[in-house]
Amino acid sequence: MDNFLYVAASGAREAMLAQSVNSNNLAHASTTAFRGDLAMAQSRYLQGEGHSSRVYGNVSNSAVDFTKGVINTTGRELDLAVNGPGWMVVQGADGGEAYSRRGDLHITELGQLINGAGQQVMGDSGPVALPPFSEIAIGGDGTISIVGLGEDANALAAVATIKLVNPDQADLVKGEDGLIRMREGEPAPVDDTVRVVSGSLESSNVNTVAAMVDMIELARQFESYVKIMGTAEEMDRASAQLMSMS
Amino acid sequence: MNQALWISKTGLDAQQTKMSTIANNLANAGTTGYKRSRAIFQDLLYQNVRQVGAQSSQDTRLPSGLMIGTGVRTTATEKLFTQGNLTQTENQLDMAIQGKGFFEILLPDGSQAYTRDGSFQVDDQGQLVTATGYVVQPTITIPDNAMSVSIAADGVVSVRLAGSSASTQVGTVQLADFINPAGLQAMGENLYLESSASGAPQTGNPGLNGLGTVVQGYVESSNVNVVEELVNMIETQRAYEMNSKAISTSDQMLQYVSNNL
Repeated sequence: MDNFLYVAASGAREAMLAQSVNSNNLAHASTTAFRGDLAMAQSRYLQGEGHSSRVYGNVSNSAVDFTKGVINTTGRELDLAVNGPGWMVVQGADGGEAYSRRGDLHITELGQLINGAGQQVMGDSGPVALPPFSEIAIGGDGTISIVGLGEDANALAAVATIKLVNPDQADLVKGEDGLIRMREGEPAPVDDTVRVVSGSLESSNVNTVAAMVDMIELARQFESYVKIMGTAEEMDRASAQLMSMS
Repeated sequence: MNQALWISKTGLDAQQTKMSTIANNLANAGTTGYKRSRAIFQDLLYQNVRQVGAQSSQDTRLPSGLMIGTGVRTTATEKLFTQGNLTQTENQLDMAIQGKGFFEILLPDGSQAYTRDGSFQVDDQGQLVTATGYVVQPTITIPDNAMSVSIAADGVVSVRLAGSSASTQVGTVQLADFINPAGLQAMGENLYLESSASGAPQTGNPGLNGLGTVVQGYVESSNVNVVEELVNMIETQRAYEMNSKAISTSDQMLQYVSNNL
């Protein structure tokens, strides 16, 4: 059987993997501040005997789509959206720093500030924990001010600052837990220019229309690989017939 | 089998949950003291198909890898405790909380529940009870010869008895607050239960220690914004359609294989 069957089969497999990446983006059409994955293919040249026509496709998605989502107002004080470029620092399951733009924040019974995915939000001086309060406000630079329980409204005190960073996008990768991290593991420095808006949430950045178009394209690509696989089979059958002794 | 099918299935599940939440919010647009919910989504684990930076030969590394997300899951449906509008009823036993806090209710099984619904009534013994008949804590008994009841902003309940010109104090409404109200467990009937996520209740008189004040003759209406819910509904429907389209496309891909090979 001709080798081009294997080349076509590898193309079909890669198209299916790319379709999975695309479906995952679509499934996250309403996940707060989700960052889509970009699937791309590379050619992997394979040397061997005969005519050098064996170039396999290899799909990868280590690139993350860093375009911004839409900022929607919700009116809840603890909803935070990063306005412009930048990231909020959260604590990953491994205890290290990771970056996320999701700002649907909550307070646990111990006063810790966590986001909607349950990750601890980090401040300039470690994990953010708040004393009991009656009013809370988060400023544009991430400063959290509270009025403590039983205190006057004018006794507003700044208790913590959410750590905001803005590393170069080329240094960022997505981990298996969906969090963004630095490629080299060295934590990014604090950036004073990053701005947050309280009372709003950033939507997922998945462009559903573009994802639909990609989906159709990948499906057609897949079909043409399968078609080639069918042709390989036909050719094989034809040569078997030529050789037959009847 | 094609994993895109399963990934899209999690997307459908998530949108379905979101739709149920929206439907519940819309159904309760007129429920006194109702707090709207929203569904929170999170990504499932990513599957590492090809590790980025792995050695492709002794001296070279793969410049990029392949990680396929396995879909989305609903982490929680969260209650949003923003203030609802105060609606005037002129019923002298109706109370609304302006600010933070909950009324404390005694359940028939002896445990405590908390509510923002202040459409109270009196039962056959004159006790202040909720619309479902549960007794408000601390117990306040309105004497049967009371001509009028007045409730002050700080929760003091006083009545004017028949044949008397002075008013008599019969009790004080207290409020309870939680460090994380969103962690309360909603149990229906406009009631919430304390959970390990909400923290312990801090009870106090209205207006003190950051608690809200009580307004007599008003009830707090639901904080559902109908227009916002409708916009959410449109968005959810479209996302649902696209995920179901992804399922049918994956299905067609597999079908094409079985028909053509």
